[in-house]
Amino acid sequence: MQRQDLDAPAPAPRIGTVSPTPHSLEPEETSGPTAPFVTAPGALAPGPAPGEPILTTEAEERVAVATQWQLMWRRFRKHRLAMLGAITVILFYAIVVLAEFLAYANPEASDANRGLIAPQGIQWLHDGQFLPHIYALVGERDPQTFKRVYTVDPTQIVPVTFFATGFDWKLFGIIPTNRHLIGVEGGNPEETLFLLGTDLEGRDMWSRVMYATRTSLTIGLIAVVVSLVLGVILGGISGFYGGFADTVIQRLIEILRSIPTIPLWMGLAAAMPKTWSITQVYFTITIIISLIGWTELARVVRGRFLSLREEDFVTAADLVGARQSRIIFVHMVPLFLSHIIAATTLALPAMIISETALSFLGLGLRPPAISWGVLLQQAQNVQTVALSPWLLLPALPVILVILAFNFLGDGLRDAADPYS
Amino acid sequence: MLSYLIRRVLFALFTCWAISVLAFIIIQLPPGDFVDAYISNLSASGSGISADQAEQLRAEYALDQPIWVQYARWMRLMAQGDLGMAMEWQRPVTEVIGDRLWLTMVVSFAAVVLTWIVALPIGIYSAVRPYSPLDYLFTLLGFLGLAIPSFLLGLLVLYFGFVYFNANIGGLFSPEYIDAPWSWAKLWDMMKHLPVPAVILGIASMAQAIRIMRANLLDELRKPYVVTARAKGLSEWRAIWKYPVRVALNPFASTIGYTLPYVVSGSIIVSLVLGLPTVGPLLLRSLIAQDMFLAGAIVLLLGVLTVIGTLVSDLLLMWIDPRIRVED
Repeated sequence: MQRQDLDAPAPAPRIGTVSPTPHSLEPEETSGPTAPFVTAPGALAPGPAPGEPILTTEAEERVAVATQWQLMWRRFRKHRLAMLGAITVILFYAIVVLAEFLAYANPEASDANRGLIAPQGIQWLHDGQFLPHIYALVGERDPQTFKRVYTVDPTQIVPVTFFATGFDWKLFGIIPTNRHLIGVEGGNPEETLFLLGTDLEGRDMWSRVMYATRTSLTIGLIAVVVSLVLGVILGGISGFYGGFADTVIQRLIEILRSIPTIPLWMGLAAAMPKTWSITQVYFTITIIISLIGWTELARVVRGRFLSLREEDFVTAADLVGARQSRIIFVHMVPLFLSHIIAATTLALPAMIISETALSFLGLGLRPPAISWGVLLQQAQNVQTVALSPWLLLPALPVILVILAFNFLGDGLRDAADPYS
Repeated sequence: MLSYLIRRVLFALFTCWAISVLAFIIIQLPPGDFVDAYISNLSASGSGISADQAEQLRAEYALDQPIWVQYARWMRLMAQGDLGMAMEWQRPVTEVIGDRLWLTMVVSFAAVVLTWIVALPIGIYSAVRPYSPLDYLFTLLGFLGLAIPSFLLGLLVLYFGFVYFNANIGGLFSPEYIDAPWSWAKLWDMMKHLPVPAVILGIASMAQAIRIMRANLLDELRKPYVVTARAKGLSEWRAIWKYPVRVALNPFASTIGYTLPYVVSGSIIVSLVLGLPTVGPLLLRSLIAQDMFLAGAIVLLLGVLTVIGTLVSDLLLMWIDPRIRVED
């Protein structure tokens, strides 16, 4: 492994060879005394910078015997933003699994009287003592309009409890329970607790955002898997066999990239019959979205196949009579698996944006389904948003998760080639 | 060069054909045929047409014929400039679309041009002064630009404009010009409204372009010929502009072909948020009303115009960059 590096011309500083990367925010490559694997090729440079620890042979040894995945992990770990992205993504998928637990109110429980209540944060201290609580909302009938108006009454406090009981749900869809992360003491959270306010129909935004996160992130994930399958098959055929198939697939990709696709997907989505169930709509939308992202994945796979096809070990495997499937799956795929993982991660944000955009327009998921786009539909009117700005809050997880996936994907792509 | 030109034009024609097939598929997708939808739409609004008229319509659009005849008929009507009737408005599609198609292209081109004007100097600056405070700032803005979907950015801009400036930043014209005929004053009014949607639309491609330009130029600046140029005492300005920037421009320039389709795509949704008089809102309404003929016409026209725009930009690029001419 080490030999490859020594035979190669002096490696260029990585920053320059990587195309669009979060360049200036990532740590400098050669400054980590704890990372022998990167400093090892640096031994080719004119000399170690003063103050830099001289590498022990033990450290070199560890690099030399490390597997490809170990090297990738070490390089990835040094990419602080990518690590941050990874943690954020993991937290978001924790919400996906535990949406009902984190939500405290039934997302469908609506009460037109409680529409557009402003967010109310938890007060952690009471008279200097730790007592998480919120102020009670008191409903009064407006003498003019006869509408119930809710105001915060700071004299009445409602203690907030943890692992409280609430509406029934099933953990992993099997274990029935009614515990939730938070709740209110001796009360119905649907009527008292509004961490992110309520929407037009008086449904609790916090709980709805939790459910929406589940829908939007799973749609993105399923869609990316579908486009991965499409991309790997078409890109694989294109790169491995070349010739006519390659030409046809490449032209197809070029065409798809040179036409405005959103109007097309809007057209496809609008053709869904109104009578379809949530599940049918969900899977149709997933497929439509996955049609968006496969071209880039196919391009990556094709490029990898093209570069590996000419390698000696592939020729050797061919000469000793290995089957084509064996050459592809045993000899070639493990080498570019990491690239595919990185490309997949980078493709995910586009999927999430597409779902959000389609649902926002009313062409994607439709209520009663809850997704980020469905929630944002209520924020379409600027006058409404100006009066109740918390309706814009579902935009925050969208932006956060896209940033996280971008950082994660960039880090993975940089780490994907540990020998470079 | 001629062969490149011919291949390029042939590919554009082929793409247009593919778009027409896709648009036709969209028209065919909803259950029932167009005349069924037309009749149900008419009866919903209280009027109706007789069975004879329905048959006549079916014959006109060849709906009783096999699918490829229908396609051929539709294409012929399209080519003759007869885009059919818009159901909801009871007016010819051409009339309903009106200026909207051109305004879509105006907004999109403005976004692309802005992308270039902004991204190029910033990318060069970031590469020449890497890790400087401004470089970090641009990187940060670039990440945000990439991460905020344009329609959300539009929403946020509208909200902040409304709350802090008490102004509606949406739209492409001041109220007094919306229905006014075209004049220099109206054009000037549009130019004043154009920057906000152009920035919102272009920000993602701008961020992408800055990253590409920065990475390319950084690569280039490390090459020995630049070191030689500096060693021979060339001024820093010349050492950067004479060759490295021009070399770095090439991969950057080749992405322009994909910027326009991307921006046109985005303009559909952004127009809805910002209330721009482009085909976006019209497309959405026609899709929701299941007026597939109007929707198909919009998809087709939008696609064809984008292909033409990309072709023109490619030819311009060929004229600017001699390497493309020599390559093949």
